[in-house]
Amino acid sequence: MTAPIIVTLTVNGEPVNRAVEPRLTLADFLRDELGLKGTHVGCEHGVCGACTVHLNGATVRGCLTFAVQCEGAEVETVEGGTDSGRLKDLQDEFVARNALQCGYCTPGMLLSAAELLEQNPAPSRDEIREHLSGNYCRCTGYQAIVDAIETTARKRVELER
Amino acid sequence: MTSETGVGASVKRKEDKRFLTGKGRYLDDINRPGQAYGAFLRSPHAFAKIKSIDTAAASAAPGVVAIYTGADVAADGVGGLICGWAITSKDGEPHKAPAHPAIAVDTVRHVGDQVAFVIADTLAQAKDAAELIEVDYEEMTPVVDGAAAVAAGAPQVHDDVPGNLCYDWELGDQAAVDAAFASAAHVTTLDIYNNRLVPNAMEPRAAIGDYDSGNDEILLYTTSQNPHVARLVLSAFVGIAPEHKLRVIAPDVGGGFGSKIFIYAEETICAWAAKKLDRAVKWTAERSESFLSDAHGRDHHTTAELAMDANGKFLGLRVNTIANMGAYLSTFATSVPSYLYATLLAGQYTTPAIYANVKAVFTNTAPVDAYRGAGRPEATYVVERIVERAARDLGISPVELRKRNFIAPDAYPYETPVIMTYDSGNYPLNLDTALKLIDYDGFAARRAESESRGKKRGIGLSSFIEACGIAPSAAVGSLGAGVGLWESAQVRFNPTGGVTVFTGSHSHGQGHETTFAQLISEHLGVPIENVEVSHGDTGKVPFGMGTYGSRSLAVGGSAIMRAVDKIVEKGKKVAAHLMEASAEDIEHANGVFKVAGTDKQVTMAEVAFAAYVPHNYPPDLEPGMDETAFYDPTNFTFPAGTHIAEVEVDPDTGAVEVVDWAASDDFGNVINPMIVEGQIHGGVAQGIGQALLENAVYDPDTGQLLSGSYMDYTMPRADDLPSFKIETTNTPCPGNPLGVKGCGEAGAIAAPAALMNAITDAIGVEIDMPATREKVWRAAQSAQQAAE
Repeated sequence: MTAPIIVTLTVNGEPVNRAVEPRLTLADFLRDELGLKGTHVGCEHGVCGACTVHLNGATVRGCLTFAVQCEGAEVETVEGGTDSGRLKDLQDEFVARNALQCGYCTPGMLLSAAELLEQNPAPSRDEIREHLSGNYCRCTGYQAIVDAIETTARKRVELER
Repeated sequence: MTSETGVGASVKRKEDKRFLTGKGRYLDDINRPGQAYGAFLRSPHAFAKIKSIDTAAASAAPGVVAIYTGADVAADGVGGLICGWAITSKDGEPHKAPAHPAIAVDTVRHVGDQVAFVIADTLAQAKDAAELIEVDYEEMTPVVDGAAAVAAGAPQVHDDVPGNLCYDWELGDQAAVDAAFASAAHVTTLDIYNNRLVPNAMEPRAAIGDYDSGNDEILLYTTSQNPHVARLVLSAFVGIAPEHKLRVIAPDVGGGFGSKIFIYAEETICAWAAKKLDRAVKWTAERSESFLSDAHGRDHHTTAELAMDANGKFLGLRVNTIANMGAYLSTFATSVPSYLYATLLAGQYTTPAIYANVKAVFTNTAPVDAYRGAGRPEATYVVERIVERAARDLGISPVELRKRNFIAPDAYPYETPVIMTYDSGNYPLNLDTALKLIDYDGFAARRAESESRGKKRGIGLSSFIEACGIAPSAAVGSLGAGVGLWESAQVRFNPTGGVTVFTGSHSHGQGHETTFAQLISEHLGVPIENVEVSHGDTGKVPFGMGTYGSRSLAVGGSAIMRAVDKIVEKGKKVAAHLMEASAEDIEHANGVFKVAGTDKQVTMAEVAFAAYVPHNYPPDLEPGMDETAFYDPTNFTFPAGTHIAEVEVDPDTGAVEVVDWAASDDFGNVINPMIVEGQIHGGVAQGIGQALLENAVYDPDTGQLLSGSYMDYTMPRADDLPSFKIETTNTPCPGNPLGVKGCGEAGAIAAPAALMNAITDAIGVEIDMPATREKVWRAAQSAQQAAE
């Protein structure tokens, strides 16, 4: 259980090669091995969604994924999505609509929202709420988050016209 | 004058960028050089004697640095955790304050009680080693329910607390209430349970203790809403270090909701162990530890009786409450079911006689203390549910019954029979505004439409009041508070015109970095991007009493205004000198100093520069532009409003859909409407959570926490909630210079009663919270059978 295993993957576009304990979760790997503190740990049993990251383009729970499972994978965190500009319009709308308070759930919320808008460019409010239902926010009551995502979607559609 | 960044503007939050980009720095993101990691071994039993602890195998495990038990802590003279609010029972006895050691010494009193602390080079090593500790327990029969704890023959949680009774306290005129009931035409009674909640801030609690042996100084990072109070308590009562040798930093904190007010065992032990080992020690709660060890909220059993005349005018209210304190007293636990609860039982009404008796009791459960609203939600829940029932009993509309009993808008200041003096308000306006928002008149048609689909629709009101600010110091001192409840602020101009505001209020989601900067922008004309708000570090901020009771703006913001006044006063003297005028002739507005009646003026920036480069400066004036102020309010503030919930119940499944929500709240003046709106949304969401989903359940036989994870304890998700319709009304608070009342807790106070009243209206039967599908289904079925 504790003998290190070498894992090779891509994190936020950079190649990463590390020897890790098999029991190390992806969330702890990102935080403690790579210093990517934007991935938060909220419950460690896969319910709260604070540790949401993208694994090969889809959201996963960083606390329910072991680092060694990510051999050869592409992982993106809030830091990567910020640097690439992929989250920029969402982040701007979160500010405009006050869609965050303490900020602890926010990185996971952004990554879930990004996934939704890639799957469904014009979601209804109910569809947004449904998609966010895997991310707990204890501060906002979600309405502002739904507003921000809805506005982002609308602006993206307008841009494409 | 409202500018784009001044008072009344929905300024976008200055703090958002770091949170949106993963650059927030929460406690677990911080590491100290050479840091070791700690893990607590916690009691698996609700109530047991510790016969022995064998740490030999654990001590020999890889990486283990130290293992501490309660005996080690006691041997070092570390004091126990304290409760800082003294309550006097009706027989004149002080409340019972049994010992609360940071690590249990010979008895564990709830599941999760600290038994040992293992420190190792890595967290995994600490956790592995903790599993090797052998504890020989002698189990005892626990008691977990508050009402059961006061029954004859109940297990005794503490040997020195007979009958588990912490206090038996009363408020109000019992004889007057008895007389009111004797003359009543109608009496409505209510027997309810206010369910126990786990606050569940998304960031778990955590701490790092560090020690600088060269200066003999302890540095404690902790997830706190009030770092100065933590320092005070850890210094004065626990004896960790003198205040000047203890620096407490509460960095970005991921939500609190009250649960991070308190001074807990874990941070105490980290600070102590760091000095003992001369090495940094970090502890971060797992979520299951949060469930077991964070202070819980609510847990009241209450019977209430409301006496009315033939017209439904309230004559008297009698309330008996049993409040579960848990196994030990948390930092402010005693104040919650007493002065933060019974003092609000008048609600928004003219009830002339009120009497409350509260028995606070110990049980084998986690300590219970302030959680968003703290006593005030419990009061509103009692008042607003009994008013709803009274309306049903009397066949009067709940709107009409409330209006008949409201305190009139011209009746302020209004003295209630439970020692509060309400300062301002307009309760009928809030009710009417909320009725309009939800289209109350159209409800009958909506109900009929639901009925046509086999659904039951209901509408419910809650006209809440709260007392915020929790001050002045003299008043709370006379009620038993162990501390003063002022706030301090420092406003420091830099020579180049930028401003740093140091505030004792801590922000953990409330947006102080923006709201407080707006005050400076508005009153001193400084561009908001040139204002930095610093909080959360006892090494930077002069003093502070922290954030709770919706006090940050009313008390902390007012302290900033007092510092601003001092800046202006000094600035006038500097400006007078610069313009060769008399200080009495200088007028100030928005950062511009003018000589009255002339066009001569200098800006705040010029004045600040002159104060730091005093080449041309008044000879008798100190250089510098840096002012500190303390502010102690003259009264509590009294935010109030009406929330209305509309629900649709599926009688076949028991599912409750919250289809609409309207809220009209009076928070006095509003500095940032966008932030206030967010506070209302979040508070309502937590209130809906309490009413529909959340419930901390202990097994009555074993004392195990059955709802100790997110698989068992349900909080509202995005798809559980509606969009909220909200408006604010504004009767300025006369008690502070900003005219503000506080908005952080209102939603959580108002929402549960509104939602439960709506469910009652839908299914025709009253049930207790949480209104789970099973409970609603059973109630709806029995109502239907009774009707058939």
